[in-house]
Amino acid sequence: MAGLTEGIETGLGSCCPTGDDGRLPDAPVAAVAGAEAFVRPREGGGATLNLAVENMTCAACIHDIEATARAVPGVAQARVNYTNRRVTLTLDGAGGSAGEAADAAVAALAGRGYRVRPFDAAALTSADEGEMRTLLRALGVAGFAAANVMLLSVAVWSGQASDMDPATQAFFHWMSALIALPAIAYAGLPFYRSAWAALKGRRLNMDVPISLAVIVAGGMSLVQTLLEREHVYFDASITLLFFLLLGRVLDTRVRARARTAAQNLLALRSRAATRIAADGTARHVAVEELRPGDRVMVAAGERIPADGTLAAGEALIDTSLITGESVPRRTVAGGMVHAGTMNLGAALTLEVTARDDRSLLAEIARLMENAEQGRAAYVRLADRVARAYAPVVHVLGAVTLAGWLIAGAGVEDAMMIAVAVLIVTCPCALALAVPAVQVAAGGRLFRRGVLLTSGDALERLAEVDTVVFDKTGTLTTGELELVAADEVAPADLALAARLAAASTHPLSRALVAAARGVEATPPYAIAAVEEVPGKGLVAQTACGRTLRLGQRSFAGPRLVAAEATGGTESEIWLGLGDGRAVRFRFADRLRDDARGVVQGLMHQGVRVLLLSGDRPEAVRPVADMLGIADAGAGLSPAEKIARIAELKAGGHKVLMVGDGLNDAPALASADVSMSPSSASDLAQTAADIIFMGDKLAAVPEAMEVARRSRRLVWQNIALSFGYNAVAIPLAMAGFVTPLIAAVAMSSSSVCVTLNALRLAGGPGKGKTAA
Amino acid sequence: MSILLILVPIALFLGLLGLAAFLWSLKSGQYDDLDGAARRILEDDDLPEEQRPPRQDR
Repeated sequence: MAGLTEGIETGLGSCCPTGDDGRLPDAPVAAVAGAEAFVRPREGGGATLNLAVENMTCAACIHDIEATARAVPGVAQARVNYTNRRVTLTLDGAGGSAGEAADAAVAALAGRGYRVRPFDAAALTSADEGEMRTLLRALGVAGFAAANVMLLSVAVWSGQASDMDPATQAFFHWMSALIALPAIAYAGLPFYRSAWAALKGRRLNMDVPISLAVIVAGGMSLVQTLLEREHVYFDASITLLFFLLLGRVLDTRVRARARTAAQNLLALRSRAATRIAADGTARHVAVEELRPGDRVMVAAGERIPADGTLAAGEALIDTSLITGESVPRRTVAGGMVHAGTMNLGAALTLEVTARDDRSLLAEIARLMENAEQGRAAYVRLADRVARAYAPVVHVLGAVTLAGWLIAGAGVEDAMMIAVAVLIVTCPCALALAVPAVQVAAGGRLFRRGVLLTSGDALERLAEVDTVVFDKTGTLTTGELELVAADEVAPADLALAARLAAASTHPLSRALVAAARGVEATPPYAIAAVEEVPGKGLVAQTACGRTLRLGQRSFAGPRLVAAEATGGTESEIWLGLGDGRAVRFRFADRLRDDARGVVQGLMHQGVRVLLLSGDRPEAVRPVADMLGIADAGAGLSPAEKIARIAELKAGGHKVLMVGDGLNDAPALASADVSMSPSSASDLAQTAADIIFMGDKLAAVPEAMEVARRSRRLVWQNIALSFGYNAVAIPLAMAGFVTPLIAAVAMSSSSVCVTLNALRLAGGPGKGKTAA
Repeated sequence: MSILLILVPIALFLGLLGLAAFLWSLKSGQYDDLDGAARRILEDDDLPEEQRPPRQDR
């Protein structure tokens, strides 16, 4: 467990930021305004605000965040939950004043360098928390009962070896019954419920034999106590429950953690929209509150909050999250813009429309639904084993009973031995075999920034033999990079970067980034830079020249005929004012380790495909560079699904890795799916696994861990079958006493758990992540 | 052996006391943020002002 308490390595720096260390405001701080939209009134007066904090990494952060928030007037209380990376603020007052305090608190935290986002707690509260508490309460009761019953049982066992008188033994048995029976009734409830649900659905799961064994053991022991006999199994059944609950608590904890982290990722991106009222005043509202007909303002570099039509002017929209296209698209007034795309041009106003049934988004929603219905329910390994195991155990019990009756034993003795068979074969180790490994694997991946959001994702991942990648945002970073930098004179680059520094446009930022390593001084001194919205930048030099940086029509050469640019890249022109112009071309940058990862997968004999919605001219160079022979371009979401269905029909197990909205249906239809944490909301919800950071290496690493856990699971199952192979004949022969049962069952559980823990350390650690 | 009639109930009572304490701590939210609790012990804000070591901001 110790390992699980470490934080996620998000690569955000070693420790918490402070206000004075000059952190670059790479995420514009202004974008966090609008917290008032998430303030919720609280019972008994006041209001609360929930915040997700991305970069909370050490003990000092806890204190710092709480002190900073508390210092804001109007904030009564601030409480950090470090496990969930969340903060709950209690605000004085309600309505407007609380809203102001909320905004002020968020601004204060952002000023200290924390990346905070408000979120709606009601939308994120999951069933996990309630389930966790139920399990913990059951675990507490089972632990108390197990310890006390064991205490009495040890006395009885030693009493049997020496000379305990029958009255004392009966007294101890009665005490055991008094403790164990209520505990069995209460602590076993999670298992009884699950078993009952399975039986009602005419299925068998692992909880059926567990429940049966526990209940039969309890009942039989009560009878034995009444008759003042020796075969009392209270200790065995309550320790069994304790071990199983322990496994389940750990399992729930690991999964709840991954899910909380995934929810935070989504919350960190949910932004408030700026609604413009009829009188022209702007107000921040939650995106959910937008209605058709509302006018919304979207600043440059912000995501479009809702589907709508462009009210006026012209806009440059980055649609890469929707269509996978890497080149921004130009939209004119009245044109449709989709939620989730990004405004690259000047601030724009859009009129919210109801969701269009013929739009791409509506089609994606339809495809998602079909894909989810079409996906056959995956039967988890543990349940597959249970289906075979449970009938065998119950038949063995019946055979034992019949056998001893035929052999001439009394009904009571025969019953006793049959019950011993059921108790000894109770799949304690088997029930722990899978969750123990899941806990170790889930914890290990969590520390690497890989979040498993569905319980059986690892099992499905272990079977994968085909990996399908999306291009934009998956194999590439989705960031633009200067290409053919050697065609450009360093002085021109430095000059262009000097102008571009005045703008937040993605192309400008890419230009500044490209110039960072260049040693050259601009040939002209620049006086003032002015931004022409939607077109580019104009600057005056000290010697009276006019420099222009921007699109071809604005800054490009006037006399050169518009040649075909090939269309795979975005471009920006620098007009030098004397008729000359320099072109800078940008292309989507490949992830640093994309080539290594793809080659590595191919070496393992995994088939790798590239399916992209982008144009063939953009896809082919990427496929060639990575050595992927099987690349599809210009695919619609439906065509992606078709390709995956084709692969599945051919008997392949498909892992889909994608980030775009257009990938979401494909993610849902593949056997198992992964998304980077920068993916669109819908893709992240559809994906079974989310990985953080810039490294694609998370994909092979997750596959490696999945394969190792499958091996360990099978080892564990073999271990527990080996135990049964010894225990069952002994039990059927009638040699098992309560002491032997207790020792055998506990030791097999401990063996299985220790074996699972090998996954947390052992070979392979850090091998793929380097 | 009559001492057992006193000692066993006492042992049970103490055990139940522990169980009740656990259930109470669970209910009052002390298990909601285990990682945070592990780190909060490093903070000095429970000491009176003059006893705190000077804060060293990295």
